[in-house]
Formats: sequence, structure tokens, C-alpha cells
Amino acid sequence: MNELPIEITVDGETVTGLAGQTVAGVLLGAGRLSWRATRSGAPRGVFCGIGACFDCLLTVNGVADVRACRRRAADGDEIRTQSREEDA
Amino acid sequence: MTHVVVIGAGPAGLAAAEHALAAGADVTVLDQADVPGGQYHRGASHRFEALLSRCTWWPESTVWALEGRRVHVLRGPADGTNRRRHTLDPDALVLATGAHDRVLPFPGWQLPGVFTAGAAQALAKGERVAVGRRVLVAGAGPFLLPVAESLIDVGAEIVAVLEANPARTVLSGWSWRAAAHLGKMNELVRYAGTLARHRVPYRMGRAVIEARGDDRVREAVTARVRADWSVVPGTEETHEIDALCVGHGFAGQPELAVAAGCALDGGFVRVGDDQRTGVDGVFAAGEITGIGGSAAAAAEGAVAGWAAAGRTPGRALIRKRDHARAFARRLAAAHPIGAAWPGWLREDTVVCRCEETTYGDLMDAVADPATPGPHALKLGTRAGLGPCQGRMCGAVVAELCGGTERHHRPIAQPIRLGELADPKEFP
Repeated sequence: MNELPIEITVDGETVTGLAGQTVAGVLLGAGRLSWRATRSGAPRGVFCGIGACFDCLLTVNGVADVRACRRRAADGDEIRTQSREEDA
Repeated sequence: MTHVVVIGAGPAGLAAAEHALAAGADVTVLDQADVPGGQYHRGASHRFEALLSRCTWWPESTVWALEGRRVHVLRGPADGTNRRRHTLDPDALVLATGAHDRVLPFPGWQLPGVFTAGAAQALAKGERVAVGRRVLVAGAGPFLLPVAESLIDVGAEIVAVLEANPARTVLSGWSWRAAAHLGKMNELVRYAGTLARHRVPYRMGRAVIEARGDDRVREAVTARVRADWSVVPGTEETHEIDALCVGHGFAGQPELAVAAGCALDGGFVRVGDDQRTGVDGVFAAGEITGIGGSAAAAAEGAVAGWAAAGRTPGRALIRKRDHARAFARRLAAAHPIGAAWPGWLREDTVVCRCEETTYGDLMDAVADPATPGPHALKLGTRAGLGPCQGRMCGAVVAELCGGTERHHRPIAQPIRLGELADPKEFP
């Protein structure tokens, strides 16, 4: 990992991270703990951190259900949070 | 020339690749990550450049299905679209797919800010991100120590490291002579020094029994537990924290081995003396054959690589592996899971994180004569039917409801319908 800053957006809001970080790393580094809602509407973020629990799913550049802990963030990525909440 | 495909570029897979090459095979190494090293050698991928330059190295390569020795691979960024599909038909296959943390459920474990110990480690070591500012590390096993060290290293304050097993269990299981033999002594002394310097208490016989908070974790409740992990009433303490890292050992990831037709013993792949599974030409090494840590994984990988290339592994390799495994067995005995842990659960405690199935839902279903057997239980409660496909809750649901965990996942990793429908295949 190098120290080059990158910028991504999360639901339109700009978030800064470092090149080489995963999307999860950028979001946690920026102080965000959760970005997905379960069926009941409960918030979720990273749990296992290695791609096994699927709690950290989000949408990257229009592609849904990407594991944030496994996807390397790229400068300019547009991230959307996701919900499985019924009627959400 | 014998073509050996190694799935997984952690300590086991890399050792397998190195030894298969030495034995004269043509070696292809696949990993889901874009750098080699697996969960253990995080941030040290440059150490494997020379080795991998002698192999065909496929990073960002997800094996989504196996049919015998036929390997179905998707190449491209994790969970992307339009990844390229490939099939490989090697002479021999070495499965080295590793493990993930095992976390037993407790009230509030689904709150944001509760992480597995492995997540905290991956984020600290791999990305220089601290999961919190005031962190409690708890559970069972020696892995909690390096996790605490990594968190300190990225600036977190560690409230305490809690080992649920009492001192007499831990100390009777530790073999200092074996630890010294494997060079583990220096590591232990270093952890002890780091914790002491930062005034982090290491407390044995105490467990996290609840996480509290609304939209995120804000408090952890701990309690003294007996040797069987039953809670000693009146010993509860509440800690204000912003992150909680928990691990109760590890669970192997054997779905590809199951897909290949390998037999399991208690969730781990059954192997013979040269790491051969019951399926012709399929070998397994590392955590999927039993949790043993990186030294045991590498020692098994060495034997597997040699054997997969069609050679008989030498006695020195076998002896090294047996020593590493014996040490791992003693360590496992020092950090068992207490049978009374379900005493932490309440009726509304989430057990299946994906589908939010509670302990109460499961107990009702078990008592209901209309849902006999694990299949009906699953359909009735949805436990294990969510995106993680039972990876997080499978063992626990099986333990709580009676039955055995199944690792049968014909689609081992998600593949998008467009990718599946695309007839294009690449060699």
C-alpha cells in the first residue's frame, strides 16, 4: 500500500482514502461503521473482513452486491449503500 | 510434465507451489486476492514474487465450482461483472483454501462495531485502519494476542484482552518446549512485552457475553466464566468501547473439497500421510485439514506439493509436518470451546446474521413436530439461507438444533447470471 490519496463517493458524498485500501478500509478509515440494511432494517458493515460473511455488501459503480472488504477501491468509484429491507 | 494447480496462495498453498516446482511439476497458483500471502502474510506479498515468477500465477481468480479435478475459474475484480471464465484440467490439485474466524453468537454481536478478530487484523495489517479507538479483544485462542498487537500498532487503545478459558486450562495445554522448538517463544515474549508496555491486561476465565448499543456498539458486558464457559453470576462488568473484536478459534473453508468429493471429519478434510484426499489426484493442506496455524500449514503444503507432483515426500518433510501438527493439537487443547456457551443466548439473540433468525425461532422450530430434520428447520426459520450460505451460523445452528453442519455449496462463490449465461470460455 502506498500513501497516494484517492477519492470515492458514497451516496454522493466524497470520502477520502489511500490507494491500495479496500472499499471497506476507506469507509472505516473515514469513520463510517455501517452501510447496509438487513431485512429488518438493522444497520450492518464489516464483520469478518475476509469475504466470508457477506455483511459488507454494497454497490460499486452500479454493480450491486460487491463485498466491500474484498474490493480494492479505485479513485472515482461511485459507491451506493444497499438495503434488503422490505418496501425500502 | 505434471500440471499441478494450487488453489489458495496462503502459507499452505505457497509451500505446495514451491515444493511441486522443486519436484519438477508445472505449477499454476490461483487466489481470490490480487496479492499472494493469504490471511497470514498480509502486506508481505513481495516475499513471494520470485517463487510466483516460476509458476503461472493467477491473482483475482475465484474458483466458483469444481467437478472432480476440473476447476472452474472466474478472473477479474472481486464480485465484478464480465469476469472471464476459464476451466483448468490439471493432473493434480492442491486445495489450500484456508479458514475464517469462528465467532459464537452472543446478544448484540450483529451490531456495527463488532468485528471478528481476523477482520481487525486484516484492516490493521493490510490497510493501516484501526477498527476503533477504544477496543476490547475477546474470545479464545492465541490469535487474540497478535490482533491486539496490530491494533496497538495502528493507534487503538486496547481495554483488555480476554481469554475465556481459565488459566489452568491454558497453561496445562501450553507446551513451552514445543513452542521453543518451533520458534514461537520469541513471538510470545514479544506479545507479552507489547501488552505490558501499553498496560493492557490479559485476563483469563472472562468472556464477552453481550454487546450493547443502538445503531452501533457502545458497551460490552463481560463476565467471569467457569471452565465450561458457564457464566458466574454477579461477576458482570460493563466497558465503554467503540469496537469489539471477537474470535473463538477458526473454521475451515472446505466447500471446494466437498465439491471435489473429498470426505470430511468434523468439518475438516480427511487426508492421508502425504496429504492425499480420498479423491484421485486431489490433495489438501493447511487449515482445511485442521486448524494449526501458519507453520503447520506450510509444513503440510510442502508435503502436498511434493506428492501432487508425483514424488514421495521425504522423511524430513513428513517429520517437520508431524511436529507442527502436534504443537497445533496441544495449542487447541489449551483453548477449547466451553460447552456451556449457549447460556449467553437469549430468546431474541440473532443466530443467523443474514436472515436474522433468533435463538427463540430456532428453539421453537426444533420443538415443532411439523419441522423435523435440518432441511425443514432451514426452510422454516431461513437460518443459513442468506448471502453467506451458512458460513457464519452453520456450525452453531447444527450444535444448537442437533445434527451436523453441511458444507455442500455447489456454487462455491457468487457468479453473476450474466457471467454464467455467457458461453465464452477461455483456456
